[in-house]
Amino acid sequence: MNLTLKIWRQKSPDDKGGMVTYPMKDVESHMSFLEMLDVLNNDLITKGEEPVAFDHDCREGICGTCSMVINGRPHGPDSAITTCQLHMRKFNDGDTIHIEPFRAKSFPVLKDLTVDRGAFERIMQAGGFISVNTSGNTIDANTIPIRKDHADMAFDAATCIGCGACVAACKNSSAMLFVSAKVSQLALLPQGHTERTERVLKMVHQMDAEGFGTCSNTGACAAECPKEISLDNIARLNREYLRASFVSGE
Amino acid sequence: MSNLFKIFNSSTGQKVIMALTGLFLCVFLVVHLMGNLQLFKHDDGFAFNHYSQFMTGNPLIKIVSYITYFAILYHAFKGLIMTMNNRKARPVKYQVDGGWANSHWTSRNMGILGTVLLVFIVIHMIDFWYEFKFGNLPTKKYIQYDIGGELKNMEFSGEKFQARVKASLGQINDFTTLEYKDLYKEVYATFDKWWYVLLYTISMFAVAFHLWHGFKSAFQSLGISHPAWNKTIKLVGYGFAVIVPLGFALIPLIIFFS
Repeated sequence: MNLTLKIWRQKSPDDKGGMVTYPMKDVESHMSFLEMLDVLNNDLITKGEEPVAFDHDCREGICGTCSMVINGRPHGPDSAITTCQLHMRKFNDGDTIHIEPFRAKSFPVLKDLTVDRGAFERIMQAGGFISVNTSGNTIDANTIPIRKDHADMAFDAATCIGCGACVAACKNSSAMLFVSAKVSQLALLPQGHTERTERVLKMVHQMDAEGFGTCSNTGACAAECPKEISLDNIARLNREYLRASFVSGE
Repeated sequence: MSNLFKIFNSSTGQKVIMALTGLFLCVFLVVHLMGNLQLFKHDDGFAFNHYSQFMTGNPLIKIVSYITYFAILYHAFKGLIMTMNNRKARPVKYQVDGGWANSHWTSRNMGILGTVLLVFIVIHMIDFWYEFKFGNLPTKKYIQYDIGGELKNMEFSGEKFQARVKASLGQINDFTTLEYKDLYKEVYATFDKWWYVLLYTISMFAVAFHLWHGFKSAFQSLGISHPAWNKTIKLVGYGFAVIVPLGFALIPLIIFFS
């Protein structure tokens, strides 16, 4: 199939950037979206032009690296997938495809389609962990009884790969789905229980300091999440935060 | 105190107050609508005028009314500030907006719908609230009389009154006269203008769309979410978003067309 790509090109974080049009000929329908971009980059390199910079790593939907917004939707026009899992058969001959980086003040563009998602790391550093004695006396996790439904909910929350599609999809660039998944995962398990009060306060305050917007409960994040993280986690985060605000000793 | 300020000034804390003020205003809407329905009592406007007087005179109601003013102002201005800050969280917009594919338009436009409502509330308050409190509304006299142990009211003038007096001579045990500002007449006069009825109806659509998302969203912001309850909350919210604004909109429409 023949396609017209309109891709955001930006040389550096300070560059203004803009959309550049690239006609693509003879694209195979069984290619993945990233393979299609590889072909484009091959052509660009052959012509002596700068290839399009985009993040990618595992190419099997696990790492969450392949951040881009395709025709206005993070990871493109399909649900519960990352960009690497998107195939060209989802498009038709003659289509124009707009490819843009994840847009948020907290995710500054580094180059072309690559953005800096360090804000997520800093939120995790603020409280997204459990403090465990690793001196050789660590208690085996399987010896601690856990309610089955809690284990299941914690596991569902833990499938979050931190890709940032929730932020990219949200009209407010809110990071609530990501933070709520991490808070839920830890708050639901006994190992995470000890630090739950300080954790939720610190993570939410770090999220705010990073400049993410507030949650309008539009549900766009959950709809675009490649791991289908549920909005129930955001409600749990709100509960955890309210509870912490009453019991915190700070 | 500073910790409390930090908590309620955080993104999550702000939403909690938005949810609480929003739900409080939902209760206010129900009370307001029940009051308005007294416009349709065939009693020369006694019930409605009596209710209007009660709503401005009773000290307990006065306290509640100040809470309502605060809730409206906080909800409106905090909402606008949050909307503007949220826009700043994405300085460079997308060339293609895919919002239609992943969320309901009401949820994405609460700020705009809220602004329409704020403008409406200002107009509405100038026309009725200000007029009642500070304007020169003519008053209306009512006679409240005890006939056969039953208390009845009617306007204290006119042919109907004279006929009733003649018919009831000897039957009335006791009577008092009451004087109220005639907001009833003012409402009927206002809803005689087609453009005002149109403004009202359009505004009630904005209320409906705002509530369509807002009702269930408030529960989510408060962390009230459970598989056993979510469907009920959603359905009650949708029902509320249709029935309450419809009730409000029918009042000017019925008055105009009758």
